[in-house]
Amino acid sequence: MKEKEKMRNEILHSLEKNSRIDLGELAVLLGLDEAEVANEVAEMEKENIICGYHTMIDWDKTGVETVTALIEVRVTPQRNQGFDRIAERIYNYPEVNSVYLISGGYDLLVTLEGKTLKEVSRFVSEKLSTSESVISTATHFILKKYKDHGTIMAKKPGSERMLVTP
Amino acid sequence: MKNPLSKKIVQVKPSGIRKYFDLASEMEDVISLGVGEPDFDTPWRIREEGIFSLERGRTFYTSNAGLLELRQEICNYLHRKIGVEYDPVKETMVTVGGSEAIDVALRCMLDPGDEVLIPQPSYVSYLPCTVMADGEPVIVELKNENEFKLTVADLERHISERTKILIMPFPNNPTGAIMTREDLEPIARFVLEHDLYVLSDEIYSELSYKGEHVSIAGFPGMRERTIVINGFSKGFAMTGWRLGYCCGPENIMKQMIKLHQFAIMCAPTNSQYAAIEGLRHCEDEVEEMRKAYDQRRRFLMHEFKRMGLECFEPFGAFYVFPDIRKFGMTSDEFASRLLYEEKIAVVPGTAFGECGEGFLRISYAYSLEDLKVALARLEKFIDKLQYEKGMK
Repeated sequence: MKEKEKMRNEILHSLEKNSRIDLGELAVLLGLDEAEVANEVAEMEKENIICGYHTMIDWDKTGVETVTALIEVRVTPQRNQGFDRIAERIYNYPEVNSVYLISGGYDLLVTLEGKTLKEVSRFVSEKLSTSESVISTATHFILKKYKDHGTIMAKKPGSERMLVTP
Repeated sequence: MKNPLSKKIVQVKPSGIRKYFDLASEMEDVISLGVGEPDFDTPWRIREEGIFSLERGRTFYTSNAGLLELRQEICNYLHRKIGVEYDPVKETMVTVGGSEAIDVALRCMLDPGDEVLIPQPSYVSYLPCTVMADGEPVIVELKNENEFKLTVADLERHISERTKILIMPFPNNPTGAIMTREDLEPIARFVLEHDLYVLSDEIYSELSYKGEHVSIAGFPGMRERTIVINGFSKGFAMTGWRLGYCCGPENIMKQMIKLHQFAIMCAPTNSQYAAIEGLRHCEDEVEEMRKAYDQRRRFLMHEFKRMGLECFEPFGAFYVFPDIRKFGMTSDEFASRLLYEEKIAVVPGTAFGECGEGFLRISYAYSLEDLKVALARLEKFIDKLQYEKGMK
């Protein structure tokens, strides 16, 4: 079991960095059998450990004029259901990108990505603030993304290593 | 006018790497597989500490042997890694790279005529440093069929009354060979039987891919006769910081610190402060790099096999040492043609000793993406050769 767990972790760490990697190549890199890797990946997809494969895009470079908003939400938890019910009411909106329950000064952190300023403000004022469990909201807009998902957005300067060294 | 040069330095041959460096630098679009240093930047934690030390104005000399705080961390690290305890005050010295430690140790331990057993292929500086220290280099040829490990049989052919030092260059540059506990045991016995000293150059110790690195200093009776040389260049990706260290018995270290004091004064101060952070907090970063090298190593071995390039599987450093003898060319011819025809720079095995003839050093201190591009060109070249030689 321990071995299997280790193998799964290695596969997951590799896929997290590069979900497009060819499974045959991944097997070579990890010193595993290709069928074994494919099997494990399929199993983890079924178990919802692997929940999806996404592409990281720097929209700023595309000319698409959108914003990313982080919204702090303070809510009243509901009897028997804690925060889950209100979280569900929020995350079901397709324009919501992520919803986290947070410890500290507020309760839920909601992010909206790839929307216009108008769309965000409409969502906050019409949907979020009007919900009866919501006590208050504070909306922050991202001005510049330096690093996301462990990836630095700025292009790395070329290497200054010499070509041949002992 | 008198001849300004010593006979010793004139007889030392220039490094065989120089030629390839010059050629590759003049050409355009060369992909190099010829470097001996990590492709990773120094972990940020370490760089940040170096910057901070400058901001704090730590721009003075340190004590000759290095910051005591760093020496203490080095001793803790070695105890953790190779299970040998050293006194940070009397048995530890911080040097300008591992290479300074090699030079200083040989100069402090050799008298004219003393012989030094140098296993080859190996790093380029053991032989010239031995010559400059008035020692007699005795080359011990490592063999492909032993996966370039050192054996007692190899040593027996070269031992003499005058042998004083054995150099242990493992994990090895250029072959990638390692010595396991089982491999080292008979060597340690041989060293004790013949009353030798050992210079154990363990600069690639962090880059071992088959169990933990084992040091010969850890065997019974060996601590008193071994100088362990290590540093931050490879495992911590700190080549340009020029920081290494060595540990050994007090009577030797005392003299080495004396010579270091006159020749060097002390290792760079801000590098020393940065390295403390490295030893304290960078285990994860070092392990991440080690894992990345290991993946590339597996990838190369797999690709070589596919394209019909023979190579024993190495488990250390970041080099593979493929066997090109079946193509009927010297290493130099092969490397030159590869450079001119496919613009791939590698280093011929002969740059690391004559017994490297028939082999190439290929470095995998490159990203997988770079390696893939380079391997595609290498495969094209090998296909061409196989066609030329009627092998295909």
